[in-house]
Amino acid sequence: MEFLLLLGTPLAGAIWLGFFGAKRRAPDVNVGLSLITFIAACALTARVIEHGDVLVGREQFFIDPFNVFLVTLTAFVGLTTSLFSRPYMRIERDHGKLSSRQLKLYHSMYQLFMATMLIALTTNNLGLMWVAMEAATLSTVLLVTLYRTPAALEAGWKYFILCGVGIAQALFGTILLYFAAEKVLGNSGVDALLWTHLNQVKAQLEPSVLSLAFVFLLVGYGTKVGLAPLHNWLPDAHAEGPTPISAVLSGLLLNVAIYAVVRCKILVEGSLGSTLPSNMLMGFGLLSVVLASLFLWRQRDIKRLFAYSSIEHMGIVTFAFGMGGPVANFAALLHMTVHSLTKSAIFFTVGHAVQKSGSQQMDDIRGLVTTNPTIGWGLMLGSLAILGMPPFGVFASEFLILTTAMQQQPWATPILLLSLAVAFAAIFGRVQPMVFGETQGKRLPHPPALLPVFAHLALVLMLGLYIPPYLAEWYRAAARLIGGE
Amino acid sequence: MNTIPLDLQIVNALAALLLLLSFSMLSQRRIVSLVNLLAMQGLLLTVATLMVAWRTGETHLYLSGLLTFALKVLFLPWLLHRLIRRLEVYWDTEPLLNIPGTMLVGVLIVVFAFGLAQPIAELASETTRNSIGIAVAVILLSFLMMITRSKAMSQVVGFLSMENGLFFGAMSTTRGMPMVVELGIALDILVAMLVLGVFFFQIREQFDSLDLHHLESLKEGD
Repeated sequence: MEFLLLLGTPLAGAIWLGFFGAKRRAPDVNVGLSLITFIAACALTARVIEHGDVLVGREQFFIDPFNVFLVTLTAFVGLTTSLFSRPYMRIERDHGKLSSRQLKLYHSMYQLFMATMLIALTTNNLGLMWVAMEAATLSTVLLVTLYRTPAALEAGWKYFILCGVGIAQALFGTILLYFAAEKVLGNSGVDALLWTHLNQVKAQLEPSVLSLAFVFLLVGYGTKVGLAPLHNWLPDAHAEGPTPISAVLSGLLLNVAIYAVVRCKILVEGSLGSTLPSNMLMGFGLLSVVLASLFLWRQRDIKRLFAYSSIEHMGIVTFAFGMGGPVANFAALLHMTVHSLTKSAIFFTVGHAVQKSGSQQMDDIRGLVTTNPTIGWGLMLGSLAILGMPPFGVFASEFLILTTAMQQQPWATPILLLSLAVAFAAIFGRVQPMVFGETQGKRLPHPPALLPVFAHLALVLMLGLYIPPYLAEWYRAAARLIGGE
Repeated sequence: MNTIPLDLQIVNALAALLLLLSFSMLSQRRIVSLVNLLAMQGLLLTVATLMVAWRTGETHLYLSGLLTFALKVLFLPWLLHRLIRRLEVYWDTEPLLNIPGTMLVGVLIVVFAFGLAQPIAELASETTRNSIGIAVAVILLSFLMMITRSKAMSQVVGFLSMENGLFFGAMSTTRGMPMVVELGIALDILVAMLVLGVFFFQIREQFDSLDLHHLESLKEGD
């Protein structure tokens, strides 16, 4: 029941908003739909806390400790982003940047995007997961090009082609996985792609085929994670699309993609019994961290700056999953959660800051604290949180990852530390004048919704100081699952 | 010497034709012909699917074959032809690498693809071994085409040809994916093409051309 509501609400909403998304009340409907989805996710979570794992729809959908918190997180950020987009999109329309047709498209695709991500997270069928990931790309392509500027079209084209080709590699990986599974599970049709079934027989899967499959799956889904050197689409798509979309791309889609990679890694590692998948994850992760922190220095556009920061953090998460072990996996899951909350909060403040100054160039944004203290402080606190300052949650996860790295992969620790320091200097040096400099900014026509920003930051602060016991239990259970136990 | 059953010989022959078509795509600069070649690829895929369906007697493969026919032989080529007429893009410019050069690289890619497919081929039944190598080769050749072409339309044909290679791979290794997945994939491709149609008009409205050289202003660090 909760499941039907969770997946059905955004799907039905997408259709409804496709017809009536330009109405004056459409942003409120969008919020309402996201709220229902979030409530359904909470009900589902409550059921999991009470009864444990859930398997529904002829085993096609499931909830286990690894995806339960991601589902709730996705629904929650979906809700807060819809709250943020309500005044944001109204201001964009008042500025004459969007027509009512474009608004209709935006609202409809927003709900569709939420639906595809929730399907990708909850499906037990690796083939369906692929379909949902591809659908998530497609539903956002037209949102990236929403403003129809040359730069937006270029970003959309890059996004479409790079992610399309990437995801085609992932399809080949899925086919290979199916080929190996069929040998063990028999050609019983649908069952051979069900993750729960595969997980039981993973030790019998043919290693040579699975290692090849993993290369394709990692390259494919890794493109969507934004792992270097496949990250080219990410900064463009984040910078050119409307800001609510940057927030959900960065905060949610990247998480879903990394979730897909890790699901596959569990199977492949179980079959291979070697460290090949781990080493590949560590390599890609480290490369992303290093490259992103270097590119951070060259950015002049504020949204591109934080897009590169997302690549850096995805690199950290990937590296941590690559190291493996209960602590590193735990830290990686925590880092996914806090990064998603913090980064979307930052994009909310950035969106309004850009609307105030009328430009995404950081040199044009000055003195946010004097004209609008809440936006200014929101951006400052968000940046400090994402840079790993205590007592925010990012500090806790990065600390755990670094200490584990010191024990397990001592060679990588200095590289990670140096990159983090470089990123800190780059971002802090940019944010500081934007928040505190001199300004003659003007007021916004609609009062910005800043509740989501502070709700997110409060959650991140809480996760830095105290993790609720059931959440910690899920993290631990998921970490064991990822460790192959 | 064992004789191979006739239907499998046909599948192998189709595989060879598929590879041939990929090479002719690499050398073709007329966009209308590219789309026709793509439709022929789709037709070969349909016949191969129906052959396998007939041999294994699985009903979902017949459906999948019909779906392939409707989508890849009829609908997509029709859509692309319509776009070509409406947008008036008939020729691709000289590719980044000249055509003989591209063909040579293509030959090397085929050798590489067969090497890559070796571990899978060893596990597959004797008769489909060559098809797996060919499927990988078609995927990589389409990739090469996407890299070397500069018109958006040729890149899309390359993308669809890659999808064909993937389907052929799925067919020859596993006799097709489960029905739910295949339906999902077909839906995704369909939507992708519709999105693309909208997208092309947006690009042309903005730049008055479909040449991707206009789409190169976003550089790292800007």
